[in-house]
Amino acid sequence: MSPPFCSVRNLSVRYGLEAALKSVDLDIVRGERLAIIGESGSGKSTLARTLAGLLAERARIEGEITWPALGQAPLPGRDFGFVFQDPGTSLNPVLTIGEQVAEVARRHLRLDWRQAYVHAEGLLDRVRIPQPARAMRAFPHQLSGGQRQRVAIAAAIAAKPALLIADEATSALDVVVQAEIVRLLDGLVREEGMTLLFITHDIALASGFVDRVAVFRKGELVEAGPVRSVLSSPAESYTAALIANHRDLSTKPLITEVVS
Amino acid sequence: MTLLKRLLRTPEGTIGLVILAALLIAGLLAPAISPGDPLRIAGRALLSPFSDPSLPLGTDRLGRDVLAGLLYGARTSLAVGIAAALSAMLLGLFVGMAAGFAGGAIDEALMRVVDAFQIVPGFLLALAFVSIIGVSTPVVVFAIALGTWADPARLTRAQVLSIRERDYVAAARVIGMHPAEIAFKEILPNALPPVLALSATIVAGAILTEAALSFLGLGNPNLATWGSMIAEGRSVLRSAAYLSVLPGLALAITVLGVHLFSEGLTRALGHEGDSR
Amino acid sequence: MKRALLLLRRRIISSIPVLLIVVIFSFFLLESASGDAVDAYLGSIGGGDAALIKSLRESYGLDQSVFARLWLYLSSLARLDLGWSVAFNRPVRDLIAERLPNTLLLMGSATALSFGLGSALGILAGARPGSLRDRFLSIGSLIIYAIPSFWLGLVLSILFSVKLRWLPIAGIETIASGKTGFPRAFDIAEHLALPVGALSFIYLALFLRVMRSGMAEAWKLDFVLFARTKGLSRSRIVLRHVARNALLPLVTMLGLQSAAMLGGSVVIESVFAIPGFGRLAQEAVNGRDAPLLMGIIVTSAVLVICVNFIIDLVYAALDPRIGASEGRA
Repeated sequence: MSPPFCSVRNLSVRYGLEAALKSVDLDIVRGERLAIIGESGSGKSTLARTLAGLLAERARIEGEITWPALGQAPLPGRDFGFVFQDPGTSLNPVLTIGEQVAEVARRHLRLDWRQAYVHAEGLLDRVRIPQPARAMRAFPHQLSGGQRQRVAIAAAIAAKPALLIADEATSALDVVVQAEIVRLLDGLVREEGMTLLFITHDIALASGFVDRVAVFRKGELVEAGPVRSVLSSPAESYTAALIANHRDLSTKPLITEVVS
Repeated sequence: MTLLKRLLRTPEGTIGLVILAALLIAGLLAPAISPGDPLRIAGRALLSPFSDPSLPLGTDRLGRDVLAGLLYGARTSLAVGIAAALSAMLLGLFVGMAAGFAGGAIDEALMRVVDAFQIVPGFLLALAFVSIIGVSTPVVVFAIALGTWADPARLTRAQVLSIRERDYVAAARVIGMHPAEIAFKEILPNALPPVLALSATIVAGAILTEAALSFLGLGNPNLATWGSMIAEGRSVLRSAAYLSVLPGLALAITVLGVHLFSEGLTRALGHEGDSR
Repeated sequence: MKRALLLLRRRIISSIPVLLIVVIFSFFLLESASGDAVDAYLGSIGGGDAALIKSLRESYGLDQSVFARLWLYLSSLARLDLGWSVAFNRPVRDLIAERLPNTLLLMGSATALSFGLGSALGILAGARPGSLRDRFLSIGSLIIYAIPSFWLGLVLSILFSVKLRWLPIAGIETIASGKTGFPRAFDIAEHLALPVGALSFIYLALFLRVMRSGMAEAWKLDFVLFARTKGLSRSRIVLRHVARNALLPLVTMLGLQSAAMLGGSVVIESVFAIPGFGRLAQEAVNGRDAPLLMGIIVTSAVLVICVNFIIDLVYAALDPRIGASEGRA
């Protein structure tokens, strides 16, 4: 079996006396789509930010995170892209959309500005922004929330990173838009062969398209495994409760699995 | 922790407080340290500092005691500065609250007046006022206040407008509180902090304006002021530069003290957290 | 362009009532002077008989009622006639037109210098809030901000004109030097170096502080975190993301200070004997010249309105969210 993309061993993160993560052991397989599921306070966002190196200075980290595929900690932009929850504030209000996507390409792909802008326009097209040429010159306040999140995704993948981390990337969006974004993420990740870490509290939304789920509760990893088996026969009572308490689980998941 | 303790925890607050306290003491003790009229001839003209123990900082062109001038100047600067700032704040608070509460045409009209006072340079206005009405101290205070009340008025009005819409005000209205009571018990205490934060800038500005006015000869001629001392020293700039330098230094230290104190105060108040 | 013209029209319309208030208030203020310009004139010539006084008053229109004179003044203002200066015996408009360019040169240079240097240093300080460099610049700017500009002017002239003899001590150019073109420009620059320095020093400190605090606030915003996850270079984040956003409150502050700067030019021009607009105000005060003082106050108000308008345009150019009624893409 090939080595995992990322290996987390005995990871603990503390803020003062408060433990955000406790002794987490988790592997991330290369090319997989992994959902980190949990309610608020479960530590799922902390995990995402620890992997991305975004923790506040006062956080105390113990344990080990290795990246066999990369050989070193991943470089932001180049090795991983990060999409945040609030599309309204992720983008700089005074710069154009085009510049905010192109700057990533310019920085990591060694393109000059003209080439970077061409690349950015292509990316906007791939994330299904209507009229990409016009959008390049537009400013964030002129776009809707869903469109801004698409732009954020475009910027995150602009340098073709191996890993994409989406930290509650759909939680601030309307339900219909959520489905669109999820569909987009799924397609992009498949096309590029990226590894996706999808952080969410919405088990139904995630289970429709990911390969594996990892359930967190109060900083601890409760259960992890292939999505079908975890959902159909959860090993832990907490997982079962999560599944049972979710509304609309009797209806089909929002995204049916795409036939590969 | 009392406000004072919190203030003293910040380096700015401590230094500012020390400077202001020193100035206050200097001003209060002026008659004791240098008794008599500071503008009288105390000795030989242009005596250098540290040459005569009874006149430790020497004398100016007319033979007046420099130390006395500095000490009494502190009184003038602080008194005029604080009085002018207070008047400006009170006037600004009053107009701002009136505009914010009245709304409609009254608000519009008042804001045009505030605009008018913001457009004309404050110093120019004070200059014109003092030159027309006279150079007595109350007039100087009022003139400076005229040039500075517009900013607090605008700020107060903005605060009133935003607080008016908040939930706790609506709640007060629902339980039947009288509008005037709401104004004074709910809105005013919450509108005050940002305006108070502005007060230090206003005091500092008032002190500098008073100095500039007396520098140009438009201060009260019967008072010793730092500004007039600087102006006096101009004619002997080549030979006795210290006559202009010392009072200016005093001014700079005073204004610095005010700014440091205000910065420390903002920090100390900030840690109180939001009151609602 | 069209948006700018629309803004201009709106600004002119809203400024008229304000200007009116300025004119009326100043008019009544100057009315309350216990002696008018004729008295001052009479004082300087040693008195005169009743007939002379009456004829002088008539010729200057000083014998009519207050409201009649106010109306007269307003109508002449509408024709851009600012009245007659009693002290100088010339039209007020000519005096102001003569002196204003010098002050504009002084203020313009001071603004450019203080804004440019102040924001650059502010960026240096704000690039790493809390760092040693930041504390040093912050404390330094606080100290500089406390210095009275006229005193600084004096100190600078002691140092550079008296002791070192590097720069001239007063005036705007060497009188009757006959220089033209580039040598004249250099001569003026030499004369303006110290006054511009004194005036801009204080505002430099202010702009430094505003830029620095703007940046400290901008650092906390989400898009900066996003920029970091994009792996952008530090200099790009500092300049293109953080500083670019901190520029907005700085431009606003520039507008707010324009009136104060104009007022500051009065004392600086006095210290350095620059024949400018500010100095004219002082001369009007000394000469009890009400029409001149009125003209100066009105002109200042108009100037500030113009500057504020330009600042608003600049701000709109810098912040794409302003006037965003174009709708969604």
